[in-house]
Amino acid sequence: MVRLIGVYKSYDNGVRALKGVNLRIDDGEFVFLVGPSGSGKSTIVKLITAEIEPTEGKLMVNGFHLNDLRASKIPRMRRTLGIVFQDFRLIENKTVYENLTFAMRAVGASREEIKKRIPYVLELVGLDKKTRRLPHELSGGEQQRVAIARALVNNPSMIVADEPTGNLDPARSLEIMMLLERINSLGTTTLVVTHEKELVNRFSKRVVAIDNGRIVSDGMDGYYNYETM
Amino acid sequence: MKRCNFGYFLAEGIRGIFIHGVMSFAAVVSTVACLLIMGSFTLVAVNVGASIVNWEQKNEILAYVDDTLSENDARAIESKIRAIPNVLECTFITREQAMENFVKDKAGDSLYRDLPAEILRHRYSIRLENIEDMETTVAQIEKVQGIASVNALQEVSNGFMTVRNIVGGVAIILIIVLLVVSIFVISNTIRLATYARREEIAIMKMVGATNWFIRWPFIYEGLILGILGAVIAFFCQWGIYNAIGGAISKTDTLSLFTVIPFRSMALYVGEIFLGTGLVIGVGGSLLAIRKFLKV
Ligand SMILES: Nc1ncnc2c1ncn2[C@@H]1O[C@H](COP(=O)(O)OP(=O)(O)O)[C@@H](O)[C@H]1O
Ligand SMILES: [Mg+2]
Repeated sequence: MVRLIGVYKSYDNGVRALKGVNLRIDDGEFVFLVGPSGSGKSTIVKLITAEIEPTEGKLMVNGFHLNDLRASKIPRMRRTLGIVFQDFRLIENKTVYENLTFAMRAVGASREEIKKRIPYVLELVGLDKKTRRLPHELSGGEQQRVAIARALVNNPSMIVADEPTGNLDPARSLEIMMLLERINSLGTTTLVVTHEKELVNRFSKRVVAIDNGRIVSDGMDGYYNYETM
Repeated sequence: MKRCNFGYFLAEGIRGIFIHGVMSFAAVVSTVACLLIMGSFTLVAVNVGASIVNWEQKNEILAYVDDTLSENDARAIESKIRAIPNVLECTFITREQAMENFVKDKAGDSLYRDLPAEILRHRYSIRLENIEDMETTVAQIEKVQGIASVNALQEVSNGFMTVRNIVGGVAIILIIVLLVVSIFVISNTIRLATYARREEIAIMKMVGATNWFIRWPFIYEGLILGILGAVIAFFCQWGIYNAIGGAISKTDTLSLFTVIPFRSMALYVGEIFLGTGLVIGVGGSLLAIRKFLKV
């Protein structure tokens, strides 16, 4: 669940990245956030993950009021989120399995929980045969699956993916989007940031379009048409 | 903290030490150097202090009686000397006894054997309660009617105290400087370790690890470096101390100096080294991870 109410964000260098954004994403929704490069998509993601603070406006994520959230409570909030990036961000000298273990250990999971959870998640993303591989032994699509598995491993209520297919060819991109759709169908709220028009238009999902720091369209028709505006 | 995390933090801490082996080595060496210099100065100060105590216990002032006084007149002064506040004991020695002691000292030396006792004076051997006030007391004894001169081994005593004071002062300055240097070196080692693991740290933050969970491995790393330094320094100190102590015991000119056996201080030295090692290690790692956790 996400609420942005009248959110403004100016960076230290004076760039006004968001100019009054209102956005509501309910539990269980699948949302594409689209817009041209530099329109403010990643800024919204960073606000949701509490990496940055809004200059103005109210922010709520999975029941946490981020405006007055103490720094020591941020980890608790982040555990409700699974975050995926364009560049995968896997630990290069750890195997697929170790990368997932690392993410679970970091939030204090026990050995038993780890043993139970990881095989399930690896099967979900289709990597149950490659658990001992190192990241560089995998294709880009497979690496992004590992990153998605890592985002899921601590059972978050919401997945936030910032351009997850930005480094992948169209076929792999489609597979990743279908995987995210599948994860959403299992109950996880999903926010996918992208600027790939064809990809978005293959799904019939809610599409929120942002341009120059403002939401310019928000519809359930699944059609990505910001270029016409 | 969960028990299973202890092992995890420890393993991560040890891993960190090997990521930057050279820096870790430098950190241990600087800790050892700091502790050794601290230990050496302290041990010298302790030994000098013990020698002062030792000297105090057998301190002796000789007050020579004026030649013109007869033996009976000379003996009569005793009560006046005893009346001086700081005087603990006062023994009269006739010139014949003094001669005997003198000849015994120069045993076998025929040059002195036939000297007439008259060339020596009657004297008092005086012991003081408090050696620190020796100067005042000596002045008071000199004023007693019939005392010609006073011979105190004051220089020796003053010398000891000067050494103790200088050693103490220099030690404090050096210890502070070395402590700062050691903390700085450890802190840089840990900073390199955090840099080497910046991606892991970013991922830990992303998945919601608490700051303390991220900090602990680095604190363990500093802790291990500090303890390692303390242990190595302890055994080095032991060896150096025994080598120097042995040399001093064999030297005649330094026989005034009492060497305390290391074993009797080992526990004390060990505790101080370990404590300081921990302070350096933990201080260094806290300094290193202070700012990078703000993201
Ligand atoms: N850390 C930053 N400091 C200054 N300006 C930034 C920073 N991050 C982003 N911006 C600027 O804010 C605007 C929106 O950026 P961003 O949210 O990353 O866009 P998008 O993800 O849609 O490409 C851009 O003009 C970008 O240059
Ligand atoms: Mg972006």
